[in-house]
Amino acid sequence: MAFKDYIRERFFPHIWCPGCGHGMVLKGMLKAVEKLGINKSNIVMVSGIGCSSRITGYVDSHTLHTIHGRALAFATGVKLSRPELCLIVPMGDGDALAIGGNHFIHACRRNINMTAIIMNNQIYGMTGGQYSPLSGVGKYASTAPYSTIENKFDIAKLAEASGASFVARTTTYHMREMIDTLCMAIKHKGFSVVEIFSQCPTYFGRKNKLKTPADMLNYFKNNTAKIGSEAKKKNPELIERGVFINKKMPEYCEEYDKIIKKANNTLTNTEV
Amino acid sequence: MKQNIKFVQGNEACVEGALYAGLDFFAGYPITPSTEIMEHLSERLPIKKGKFIQMEDEIASMCAIIGASLTGKKVMTATSGPGFSLKQEALGYAIMAEIPCVVVNVQRGGPSTGNPTHVSQGDVNQARWGTHGDHAIVAMTASTIQDIFEVTIQAFNIAETYRTPVILLFDEIIGHMREKLILPEPGKIPLVERLRTSVKSGIDYHPYLQREDGRLPMSDFGEQHRYNVTGLFHDMWGFPSTKPKIVHGLLRHLNDKITNYAETKPICMYKEFYLEGAEIILISYGSSARSVLHTVKNRQAAGEKIGFIELQTLWPFPYNIIKKKCANARHVIVVEMNMGQMIRAVKNAVEDPKKVFLINRIDGLLITVSDIRNILRMLQGKGV
Ligand SMILES: Cc1ncc(C[n+]2csc(CCOP(=O)(O)OP(=O)(O)O)c2C)c(N)n1
Ligand code: SF4
Ligand SMILES: [Mg+2]
Repeated sequence: MAFKDYIRERFFPHIWCPGCGHGMVLKGMLKAVEKLGINKSNIVMVSGIGCSSRITGYVDSHTLHTIHGRALAFATGVKLSRPELCLIVPMGDGDALAIGGNHFIHACRRNINMTAIIMNNQIYGMTGGQYSPLSGVGKYASTAPYSTIENKFDIAKLAEASGASFVARTTTYHMREMIDTLCMAIKHKGFSVVEIFSQCPTYFGRKNKLKTPADMLNYFKNNTAKIGSEAKKKNPELIERGVFINKKMPEYCEEYDKIIKKANNTLTNTEV
Repeated sequence: MKQNIKFVQGNEACVEGALYAGLDFFAGYPITPSTEIMEHLSERLPIKKGKFIQMEDEIASMCAIIGASLTGKKVMTATSGPGFSLKQEALGYAIMAEIPCVVVNVQRGGPSTGNPTHVSQGDVNQARWGTHGDHAIVAMTASTIQDIFEVTIQAFNIAETYRTPVILLFDEIIGHMREKLILPEPGKIPLVERLRTSVKSGIDYHPYLQREDGRLPMSDFGEQHRYNVTGLFHDMWGFPSTKPKIVHGLLRHLNDKITNYAETKPICMYKEFYLEGAEIILISYGSSARSVLHTVKNRQAAGEKIGFIELQTLWPFPYNIIKKKCANARHVIVVEMNMGQMIRAVKNAVEDPKKVFLINRIDGLLITVSDIRNILRMLQGKGV
């Protein structure tokens, strides 16, 4: 199936600003799904609220556009109920880690098989550019006219510490890497977290001296480096990209199946 | 035939009712006085290959059951006051997206952490207006263990028929009290299964296009029809829209599909006792209805013209029915364990609101027969 067949043309044009990174994430996500050849009717995409979360509407799968911060909780209900479905959960940085932070760490902890994509533009785009828990000290936002004093989360470390079994980071500048990473994440059995730096030229860029979308993409290029690369060794300030965690761990729905067997006294010796 | 009789708590009767109705998915977070519901379901659901999950909070629990319902499952969550407050935003989502689900609130004293181990009926108005925006809602209650079982089954039937959340507003006394429960044979009480679309795969399916009777045939997530579900106002494809005509039409539909049936079964449920010729009519619900029934029975035996309406459906309120039934009564007395919540609806319903009085108790104790007697004596001019 061509990647365009995964799109709901009826719902275009999309709502994003010109140059917004979220459309690039949409393309990367669909390319990954196309590469893996997943049947559209087996995909459920669940999102919260934000510019990023509007991504689900444009995809011709089962799509659930929920409430701010709670996408993973809805997704958990879908997945546990129908474990054979492929769950993809795109979220904004505020959505996933401010209002939805609790659901995020608990979904990691359960290691339930789904792919969480965090479209990190370091700002609340939809509500007009307020700072997010991913903005970082010194950034400007509509609620930080004198710059923020708040530290940011390291999503990868947070996900790892919370128990996610696949954790990666990439950016909209690195399209091919994004597609490959998403393929790995979707294929991985367990809870996968992919942080994707995505540009919000309209608010983050404008307030932080990155005037054009191209400036922002160059910023991602110049300020990140592959995990363990020479560039990173030379300049420890660079943000690492790549796969941080990729391990086999008991998956929630499979473990639940064992509970069903336990309850019915049909657990075999090898499963005990 | 041998009857299947159990001696159980109200919370267990709710579990029995839910399982009888075909519950397959429960998500919850522990809170007194509702916790027994989730404890029992954690044991019972896996046996029937159902799914049970203890989520990280009540918000997540509400969201998880909505997700599960979209895959075609019958779903429920259970909580008490503080948790019910947390669920409100997602409850509104279920209203907007028209997702069948059952939400139990075993009431305790509030506001805030309140009086966790004691009885109250203080969430009646929260059940009606807890989530933001104009909306209709179905909220039901019960005063006996057998009724909890039966009302719980009806809650699932209504949720499936009207594609709406249904709230079960029990209270601490009725949730924890033990009484006889007769379990009917499977199939004895009719169950409503979800109306599914007959539109074939490959043909454009409109998930939010109502049939003439207002019902929306559904397609399960994971099946052939792929569509969008959102909490935004949406068109017949489920795609967000701000077109005034669509916004107006959807809001009307969400209200009409419930309120148009407010006075008919199965939404409208109540019991009536000795209403013929009654000069005084008491109106009550939940555990307070037990004290009322006791009082009314005794006074009837003594020849007093006193009747009783026990509300089982609180919302939508059957205004016309109450108006008609109370038309000839000199006094209408609402008995409830709050500062007077249901009484507002009763006053709105009857022709002369001045004849409506409140008997209440708000100290965490069950309203007693003597509480009711004292007020009745005052109304009857007999002194306390
Ligand atoms: C409960 C609740 N609080 C606040 C909002 C308002 N709101 C909508 S989107 C959003 C933040 C979006 O930021 P992010 O998740 O980073 O997504 P982005 O728009 O940047 O892609 C907020 C605060 C809301 N919809 N619901
Ligand atoms: S406000 Fe920012 S995040 Fe939202 S669409 Fe515009 S560029 Fe994208
Ligand atoms: Mg953002």
